[in-house]
Amino acid sequence: MPPESGRPLTALAIRNAVRAGRLTAAQACRAALDAIDVHEPRIHAYISICADRAMEAAHRLDADPARVARLPLAGVPVAIKDNLCTAGLRTTAGSRMLEAFVPPYDATAVRRLEEAGAIIVGKTNCDEFAMGASTEYSAFGPTRNPVDPSRTPGGSSGGSAATVASGALPIALGSDTGGSVRQPASFCGVVGLKPTYGRVSRYGLIAFASSLDQVGVLAGTAEDAALALQAIAGADAADATAAGRPVPDYAAALEHPVAGLRVGVPRALVADEVDEEVRDRFDRACEALRAFGLDVRDVSLPHARHAVPVYHLVASAEASANLARYDGVRYGLRAPHDGSVIGMNAATRDAGFGRELKRRIMLGTYALSAGYYEAYYARGQRVRALIRADFEAAFREVDFVALPTAPTPAFRLGERLDNPVQMYLADLFTAGPSLAGLPAISIPCGETREGLPVGLQLVGRMFDEAGLLRVAHAFETGAAGRNDGA
Amino acid sequence: MVPWEPVIGLEVHVQLATRTKLFCGCEVSSADAPNSRVCPVCLGLPGALPVLNARAVDLAILSALALGCTVHRRSVFARKNYFYPDLPKGYQITQHDRPLATGGVLEWMGAGGPRRVRIARLHLEEDAGKSRHEGPEGPEGRTAVDFNRSGAPLAEIVTEADLDGAAAAADFFERLRELLVAVGATQGSMEEGHLRCDANVSLRPAGSDVLGTPVEVKNLNSFRYLERALDHEIERQAAILDAGGRVEHETRSWDLETGRTLAMRSKEEAHDYRFFREPDLPPLDVTAERVAALRARLPELPEARRARLAASFGLPEAAARQISGDAAAAAYFEAVVSAGLAPRQAANWITGEIARLLKEARLTIDEAPVSPCALARLVRQVEAGTISHGMAKEVLERMWRTGDDPEAIVASEGLARIADEDHLGAIVRQAVNANPKAVAQYRGGKTLVFGFFVGQVMKATGGKADPAIVNRLLARELEKA
Repeated sequence: MPPESGRPLTALAIRNAVRAGRLTAAQACRAALDAIDVHEPRIHAYISICADRAMEAAHRLDADPARVARLPLAGVPVAIKDNLCTAGLRTTAGSRMLEAFVPPYDATAVRRLEEAGAIIVGKTNCDEFAMGASTEYSAFGPTRNPVDPSRTPGGSSGGSAATVASGALPIALGSDTGGSVRQPASFCGVVGLKPTYGRVSRYGLIAFASSLDQVGVLAGTAEDAALALQAIAGADAADATAAGRPVPDYAAALEHPVAGLRVGVPRALVADEVDEEVRDRFDRACEALRAFGLDVRDVSLPHARHAVPVYHLVASAEASANLARYDGVRYGLRAPHDGSVIGMNAATRDAGFGRELKRRIMLGTYALSAGYYEAYYARGQRVRALIRADFEAAFREVDFVALPTAPTPAFRLGERLDNPVQMYLADLFTAGPSLAGLPAISIPCGETREGLPVGLQLVGRMFDEAGLLRVAHAFETGAAGRNDGA
Repeated sequence: MVPWEPVIGLEVHVQLATRTKLFCGCEVSSADAPNSRVCPVCLGLPGALPVLNARAVDLAILSALALGCTVHRRSVFARKNYFYPDLPKGYQITQHDRPLATGGVLEWMGAGGPRRVRIARLHLEEDAGKSRHEGPEGPEGRTAVDFNRSGAPLAEIVTEADLDGAAAAADFFERLRELLVAVGATQGSMEEGHLRCDANVSLRPAGSDVLGTPVEVKNLNSFRYLERALDHEIERQAAILDAGGRVEHETRSWDLETGRTLAMRSKEEAHDYRFFREPDLPPLDVTAERVAALRARLPELPEARRARLAASFGLPEAAARQISGDAAAAAYFEAVVSAGLAPRQAANWITGEIARLLKEARLTIDEAPVSPCALARLVRQVEAGTISHGMAKEVLERMWRTGDDPEAIVASEGLARIADEDHLGAIVRQAVNANPKAVAQYRGGKTLVFGFFVGQVMKATGGKADPAIVNRLLARELEKA
C-alpha cells in the first residue's frame, strides 16, 4: 500500500481497515494499481493488469458494507499467476499458445479468494506453463527482481513473488510443482507457501505435472499467507485429488508456542553444492530457531540427492501428456498449416511452444516410450517412493525438516539460459518435498553481502501447514524483535 | 489339404446407460445439436479435471458380475496417449494394467450346442468425440468435430480367443448385448452405436494348437456386419495361406460399402500409447459391500431364464430364446400363463401377434396396451370355440386400439362364432344349391372342391361359422343327393 512508511500494509491490516470503514476497497485497490504502475516498467511482473475489472469489483464490495464485515479478505488486492484460470480474463500460462485464451470459468482457488473479498488486480508473469526457475521462459518477456533488476526473481511464479516483494500488494497466488513458489519467494525475500498436495484444489490450474502441481501463496508475512491459505484450502467436488480432511484455523495456530518442537537438518545434503553465503545464513537461521526454544538436530535423507533427476523424469512425463491438448483444434493458437491434421498439429505446436517446453515434452515422451518406460519413468517412480520414505522416517524423529530454499541467491538474467541442467539445480532442495507431496514454506532469513535475500525452507508433515505457519510466524516476529533490539 | 480353423477374440465397447458422462456432468445424448453437450472437462480445456461418475462404476460392476468376472478391490486409471482431433486432451482416460474386473465367462446354448467364451477383462474408459470429413482430402476439405460423445462412459470387454467362426462371434455379440441390456448396464441400441466391436482373427490348421498371425478388424458395429466382415476376413486369410503366403500382422477396417476389410496400419506403424497412471484420479477402490449390494441387484440373467422357461414350461428353443431375452417379455409371458393359458399358446401369441403389434407401434412390451390378463381371456374364447383363431387376431387389434375387454368386443360386434346347426344348415344348403357345377365335380370324385364350399359358407357368415360344424354339415349335404 502507500509505501510511505517503508513497509507496505499487510492483508490483515487492509482487511481490518476496510471492515472498520477506515479504508474502502476502492482505495485499497487504487493504491495497488498505482503502485503496480510505478514498479511495472522496472520489473514487468504482469502479463495482464485488469484495472477496470478490479475497480468495479471494489466498488461492488464497498456498496455492501454488511457483506464486507464478514469477509476475511475484504478489499485485499491480490495478483494471480497467469496459469490459474480466471473467467472472462485472459489466461496465457506465459505461452504464445494461449496468448488470446479467455477461460469460461474460474479456478477454484481464484473463486474462493474472490468469495473471501479479495480483489484481483492482474495476472502475473511466469515461465511458460510454469516450467522454469527464472521467469525468463515466459513468452512475454522476463520479470526482474525488485531487489536487483539485473537479476531474475526466480520462477516459475516470478511475477507473483516480484509484485509482492515490490510492496504493490500483500498476497499473490502462485503454483509450485518442484519449487516454483518457494524458490522465487527466496529470491525476492517474501514468504512462499506450498501446501500439501491435495490441500488446495487444482481445478482451473493449468496442468504442468498433475501429481506434483499445487496452488501456493506468496505473501509479505506468514500471517498473510495463513489468511490466504484459509480462504483457498479445502475439498472440492471438481478435483478428485483434493483432500477431504477439514481445514484448521490457521490464524489461531499462529499463536501456539513453538518451544520444544523438533527441527531436523540433513547436514550431508546441505554441505553439497550450496553457495557459501547461503549456507552461512541457513546455519544462522538454525541457530535462531534453537534460540526460540526449538530442538534442532541432524536427520538423514539418503535419497534426497536424487530428487532433481527424478523430479524431471516424472514431471516431464506428465507434462508431455498434459500439453498434448494444445493441438490447434478447439482453442488457443492455430498456426498456418498445410491442410492436414498432422500438419496443423505440428505447425501449431512448433509456433506455440518455446524451446524449454519442447525440450521437456521430448524428454517426457521418451521416458514413457515402449522400451524405455521401465528404465526411466517406472524407475523414477520407485526412487520417488524412496524419497517419500526418507521423509516419513525423518518425521518419526522430528516435526519439521529445515533446508535452504535454493542453493544460491537470485542469479542474473541470462546467466543460466544456455545451461538447462544448471537451471534445474535451482530445484535441489525444493523438488524432494514436492515428490513426497509434503507442505513446505520459504521464509526470508537474511541477505547476502550484496543485499540479496536468502530463504529458509521448512518442510512439514502431510497437512501440517498450521505447524509450518506457526514456526514461520515465530521466526519472523522473533527475528524482527531481535533486529529491533540489535 | 487340411482345412483352416479360425481363432477369434473380440473387444467390445459398451456405452453405459448413465445420465451423465464418465468424468463430468454433461448429459450423454446423441440427438442434440453438435457440441451442445460439452463443458470444460469433456472439451479438455486447460485446468479442467475429471471426476469419476459413480453410477458408471456401478453399471460396469454389474456388467462384470453378470459375466462372472472378479471385481478388483482396487483398479487404476491410466492415460492412453495419441493425437486425434476428436480426442480433446490428446489422451484417453482408460484402465490399463489394473482393470476393474478380470476372468469371467459367457455361456449360452447355441444352435450347435452349448457355447462358452472366456472374458479376459472388463475396464472403464471414456469415449472420444466424432469427426466428420467434408469435401476432398487436403486443404480444400474440412473436418468438423462434435464433442457431444466425448467423455461418454464405456465398458471395454475383452474376450479370450475362444470363438471359432464368424457365426459364433456374431452369436456371442448378440448374447452379450442381451445380457448387458438385461442387467440395465446399457440401452443397447446398435443404431446409436451403444455396442461397438473389434475382432482379432487368425487361422491355424484344424486341430493345431499353434496360433497364426492375428489381424485386428475394426469397426464391426452390428451383428450382421460382424459376421460378414469375419467371413470375408477368414476367406481372405485362407486364400493367402492356401497360396503359400504369409498373413501380415496388421489392423484392417471393415468397409461397409465394398463388403471387404481394408488395411489401416501395419504392426510397425502401430501407436506407442505411452500408458501411465492417470495422476488426476485416485485409484478406484471398490468395497466388498458395494459389490455385494450390486450382486444382490442382479436380475435373473437371460441364459438362466431361457433354461428355466424351456424346462418348466416345455417351450421350444426358439420361443424360449425370444421370450427370455427380455425380462419384461418373460414377465408378460409368465403373467399370461398364470392367468390360465397353456404355455405354448401364450408363447405363440407373444412371439407372434403381440410382437408384431409392438413393432408396428414402436412400443416395448411393458407399454403394451393389452394386459397379460386380457390376452389370456381373449385366447380362452378361442379355446372355448366362441371365436375362431382368425377372428381372435381381429379382436386383439381392437383391444389394442380401444383398450376394451375381449368379451365386450365379441358381444358388441356380433363376432361370436355361429354354432347354431339349424342356422348353419340353411346356409350350407344354400351354398350347395347355388353351385350345381361344383356339386357335380365333387360327386365326380374331385373332393378338393370341398374347400370351395367351406369358403362359400365362411364368406356368407363373415368368417364366424364354427369350422367343425360346417365341415360336418357340408359332408352330410354333399353326400346326401
